[in-house]
Amino acid sequence: MTIAQAAAALGGTPVCGEENLDKPLTSGCGADLMSDALAFAKHGSILLTGMVNQHVIRTAEMLDVLCICFVRGKKPTEDICELARQTGVTLMTCDYTLYEACGRLYEKGLPPCSRL
Amino acid sequence: MSDVFKESFEIEAGDFASAGEASAKIKSILRMIGIDPALTRRVTIASYEAELNMIIHSQGGVMSVEISTEAIALFCEDTGPGIADIDMAMQEGYSTASSDVRMMGFGAGMGLPNMKKNSDEFSIHSDTNGTRLNMRFNMN
Repeated sequence: MTIAQAAAALGGTPVCGEENLDKPLTSGCGADLMSDALAFAKHGSILLTGMVNQHVIRTAEMLDVLCICFVRGKKPTEDICELARQTGVTLMTCDYTLYEACGRLYEKGLPPCSRL
Repeated sequence: MSDVFKESFEIEAGDFASAGEASAKIKSILRMIGIDPALTRRVTIASYEAELNMIIHSQGGVMSVEISTEAIALFCEDTGPGIADIDMAMQEGYSTASSDVRMMGFGAGMGLPNMKKNSDEFSIHSDTNGTRLNMRFNMN
């Protein structure tokens, strides 16, 4: 599944990093606690979260996460987008809850981080 | 005796705005000299966890990275209250972080276990003056 296909499954709107939309995702991880993401998310994955701050971008950078999807219609601020551009992380938003957003990607065949 | 590259970073207590900058620099250095991406990832996850711990729990300190042909080493030394019960702190889910820190998405009690998991050698010493962490990541 590419980032573009994940966006389609989530009815998501890319916010920055659109040049990476054709990159393939290895897996998905849903977490509001970045401590949990640091312990479980895998490289090349999409991180779905309701947490919106710069630490989410930094966490994704350390983990080699390709894409972050902010759920529940949350929009990142410009300073968050700027850090994402600097670090090469693609951002998108979607209106689904974390549970449903994860479920939709799982249903489409994107494996969980625990299977890698 | 092989050549060793060393770099140190000052970590300021409570400086959440800069959290991750030192680890991002370490990641950049490792990438620049061509370290394996999977190994780079393990080092940067561990360094970010250590950097966050120093920001959250200590009164500040220094994080250093040493790179030789055999291994990458991370040394963290801070001043502060130290860790009262290291055995408890090494258990996943145990945390003494404040609610403010949890609101930012941290303090889940995964930091020290995650550092141990990602490193090949891990040691921690703590007393009422501060905490010292040593981590080693083998090149092979």
